[in-house]
Amino acid sequence: MSKLIRMDHTGHTTLAEWTEDNPEACQAAIREFRRELDAGCIGMVSDGPGTATQVRELPLDADLVILRRPIAGG
Amino acid sequence: MAEAALPELAAVPWRGRVDARHLRIRGWLWTLQTLAFVIPFTAAGVVLIMLEPLALPVALASFAHGWVIPELHAFRGSNVLRPKGPRNERAEPVAQGLLGDLLGHEARDLQRATGLALERGALGAWLLGEAGATLVADGGRRVHCFCVGTTDAALPPSDRIAHLLLALRTDEEGFATVANHAFSGAPWRLRRRIRKEQRPALDRALREAR
Repeated sequence: MSKLIRMDHTGHTTLAEWTEDNPEACQAAIREFRRELDAGCIGMVSDGPGTATQVRELPLDADLVILRRPIAGG
Repeated sequence: MAEAALPELAAVPWRGRVDARHLRIRGWLWTLQTLAFVIPFTAAGVVLIMLEPLALPVALASFAHGWVIPELHAFRGSNVLRPKGPRNERAEPVAQGLLGDLLGHEARDLQRATGLALERGALGAWLLGEAGATLVADGGRRVHCFCVGTTDAALPPSDRIAHLLLALRTDEEGFATVANHAFSGAPWRLRRRIRKEQRPALDRALREAR
């Protein structure tokens, strides 16, 4: 089961869960992912120790996709 | 579709990309700046005493200036690792669980003990706090402190660190470019200014960088 989560004031919120053999769940996850991107979030996939990739489309084969807010110099 | 560069770079188009060479030059400039404060104030104090021993109080004030100004710079550097913002205690355990999943076993234990996440990068060993990061570079001979954080102040502390960790892992040089450089100097200058419980994390980063 893959998960789309957003880091927020609750720690994190699970926005969608899907398996690749469930097209409806996949479409719902894609819609949710796009909605969050439109709201300013950035999609990330952790690729293992030391690496992460920014994604602009939901990778359906990823186990975990994390949405984060932008960072800025303080 | 995946992207290698940090999207936040679009907000700072005037900045050149920060790489190892850029950091070395910046480090030298910080050293020159420190010398530019220490040497003239110390020399002025010595000359004053030589000319007129009764001017000792003025000479001491001059020595103090030469000491205090670099200390203030180091203090500004240590500020980037200081915990900041609302603690959001209720959400913190959930956030710490996610951060722990992103970190390796040892880095997770270190983060829980010190509040700082250690991440090895191509530029050196990074320590990530809630509102900034410190890079231990040049084989552990120099630290660079960066002020950088998430734009969402309501996030619990571990989520703020996870934001920085994911951005750093995406594009290390881009991360150093987006962040504001706050201080560079010898590690001991930073170590004495950070909180006691954070010092093991800096010691560990120094070992990683060597």
